[in-house]
Amino acid sequence: MTSISSASPAFTGNDPENRLFGPLPDVTGEAGYEDDHPARVGFFTDTSVCIGCKACEVACKEWNTLPMDDADGNRDAMGLSGMSYDNTGMLGANSWRHVAFVEQSRAVDLPMPSIGLPAAPGQGTDGGGGCGGSCGSAESPSHGAADGTTVAQHDVLNAQALSSFDPQTSQSADREIRWLMSSDVCKHCTHAGCLDVCPTGALFRTEFGTVVVQDDICNGCGYCVPACPYGVIDQRKDDGRVFKCTMCYDRLTDGLQPACATACPTQSIQFGDLEELQARADARLATLQGQGVETARLYGRDTDDGVGGAGAFFLLLDEPEVYGLPPDPVVTTRDLPSMWRHAAGAAAMLVGIAVTSFLGRRR
Amino acid sequence: MTGPQHGPEVTQEQSPGLSETGVPAEAVDAPLDHRPGTSGVATPGGGWRKADGPSALKREKRKRKGGGRRGGARDGDPTVGDADFQSYYGRQIVKSAVWKTPDVPLYLFLGGAAGSASVLGAMAEFTDRPALARTAHLIAGGGAIASVGFLIHDLGRPERFLHMLRVFKPTSPLSVGSYILSPFSAFTGATAALHLLGQVPAVRGSSGWVPRLVRSVGLRRTVGVAGAAFGGPMAAYTAVLLANTATPSWHEPGDQLPFVFTGSGLAAGGGLSMVFTPVDQAGPARKAAVVGAAVELVAMHKVEHDHGIVSEPFHIGRAGTLLRLAKACTATGAVGAAVLGGRRWGAVASGVLLAAGSALTRFGVFDAGMASSKDPKYVVVPQRARMAARAEAAAAEAAAAS
Ligand code: SF4
Ligand code: SF4
Ligand code: SF4
Repeated sequence: MTSISSASPAFTGNDPENRLFGPLPDVTGEAGYEDDHPARVGFFTDTSVCIGCKACEVACKEWNTLPMDDADGNRDAMGLSGMSYDNTGMLGANSWRHVAFVEQSRAVDLPMPSIGLPAAPGQGTDGGGGCGGSCGSAESPSHGAADGTTVAQHDVLNAQALSSFDPQTSQSADREIRWLMSSDVCKHCTHAGCLDVCPTGALFRTEFGTVVVQDDICNGCGYCVPACPYGVIDQRKDDGRVFKCTMCYDRLTDGLQPACATACPTQSIQFGDLEELQARADARLATLQGQGVETARLYGRDTDDGVGGAGAFFLLLDEPEVYGLPPDPVVTTRDLPSMWRHAAGAAAMLVGIAVTSFLGRRR
Repeated sequence: MTGPQHGPEVTQEQSPGLSETGVPAEAVDAPLDHRPGTSGVATPGGGWRKADGPSALKREKRKRKGGGRRGGARDGDPTVGDADFQSYYGRQIVKSAVWKTPDVPLYLFLGGAAGSASVLGAMAEFTDRPALARTAHLIAGGGAIASVGFLIHDLGRPERFLHMLRVFKPTSPLSVGSYILSPFSAFTGATAALHLLGQVPAVRGSSGWVPRLVRSVGLRRTVGVAGAAFGGPMAAYTAVLLANTATPSWHEPGDQLPFVFTGSGLAAGGGLSMVFTPVDQAGPARKAAVVGAAVELVAMHKVEHDHGIVSEPFHIGRAGTLLRLAKACTATGAVGAAVLGGRRWGAVASGVLLAAGSALTRFGVFDAGMASSKDPKYVVVPQRARMAARAEAAAAEAAAAS
């Protein structure tokens, strides 16, 4: 009989190194599951093929019978956000998938060295002056030029590549328009802040390596809500308890795929064994970058990041914060040992001051 | 950020700068979103900018209004405030705590006051200061019981309060706190009850074994000391409770907040004891309150100034006002207690000021954290700075190695 702990792996005794952060190769085993537990599953959300249809949002709402709410999480309210096609607004207790819509534009006449980019000329000069042996072969022929031309040419190539390969880009008069769309979801973190701080053990690690709330245990203390570095989990006010994506735990145990991934028509949401997804994502990134989509990057893929890597990770076409994601999230418990030490010092100080105030002259 | 997140050209674009100076110049001077190692492209962002949003006027308004309601502004402006950063329509990234106010700030205040009062009371029992012992124990017991009330009332499912005690998790300050608060409130509540019952005429006059037990000094001292053992942790843990979140202005000063809270707890516990105790017995309460107030002021100064942009919410808006008031009350109260604490009216006035200062500090710290969670600036800018510093360190290391 094994005991499944809702404590952080650092305290289950399964992790000799007491890790509160950093990579954790077998997060399920660390939580106390036997060696024959299923492989860790996850999502790879490839936003470069997302068409913003919100099928995932609808599928999730339907499968999990989530109530309606508006962009600020007000229950049974309907309202337009007035900012974009995004009226879901954010992840919350009633929205476990959230498709972000970002409308961007740029001028088309790109052979200018800089379009509102103060750093570009500087980079060009640097590139011309100090290109040592470390310069790559692909770039080196043009690197001799000590002016902005390098960058400008680069931009043109980049732009053409982007418009021909990026399905989210189109042209309108003198501007290019692109819509960034990304279906956000709970990251099912390797080191999940929500799970670490839950005082009741309502949040636990499943045999699939995902993070799930047991709604018969949660007493609505709300601690997990500000503890999540991504702002995912939230409280349903009228209910009192907290809710978030379960990675369709009920479907997984029946051998089905999560509802959102099943509904996604473009395979933007890919579900599977995490290791396989990571390999697939690396390949996809290489393909995109080979095609010149240099803004592509993976988010949450790095197991060295602040949450030990995410179970649900993303391929993004711009900075994470453009999509409303924190650029460098860190599980809050990483700093907890230091806080506890300081709190112990402060408690000792309180007792010391209170006791010593009784010493000395009696008045 | 490791290999797969960078295109091959990234290194090529950056390396020239590095080979000359060893430190990438862009890392320091470039606007945040252009820093190498963050955007991962030769031409940052490929030139993409948020499509034209509403007028700049509206943006200005939002800026002056500050944080705003939950969910952030909807004006479609990616760059809010003075700092150069991007966001998703200015909406907040981390969720704000769902804890109710005034429940939780009051809980923080009462926990601190009760924690320090329990220690003062226990010491007074042993040093023949019956009036101080009685007052301090009543404050401790009353504060602790009220704390439990506030804590339970704040739960989304109050009837499930006991679920707190089904596991023990050192990673959860609220779990640890439940195991501090439960015995603390039980022991201090019992001590206070013993004090009160001892005054009831029926108990005083009777010689039965129950009344004698209630009157027994030994029992009261034992229970009082048992409560006092949890007094320090009670006042300190609430700081970790706030700090162990992703709320920027609570998390960053996480090593200093415990000192703010215990100092503030001493000021409140000592101050309240001064108010209700004859001056000839209140000497220790006075001293403890004055030293506590000093600790609170110093630690709070560090919280307000050591953390760059994350310290900002402590200065602006409602939190700023509350904390300025708090400082005025605490400082005046401390000076008053030191100078005039020997007179009855002076003790009452300065004690009240100290307690008020402590309460205002808790409300201010709570508010500052809430404000910091509502503006994506406090999430993005420090994290970007962290990444830039990391990239710089890595570059310096690489340069040193070559
Ligand atoms: S993203 Fe937030 S809610 Fe999801 S597992 Fe991580 S910490 Fe928990
Ligand atoms: S609200 Fe529920 S799930 Fe969240 S920390 Fe509290 S008990 Fe755990
Ligand atoms: S995995 Fe299931 S619960 Fe999670 S977002 Fe998808 S449909 Fe919703």
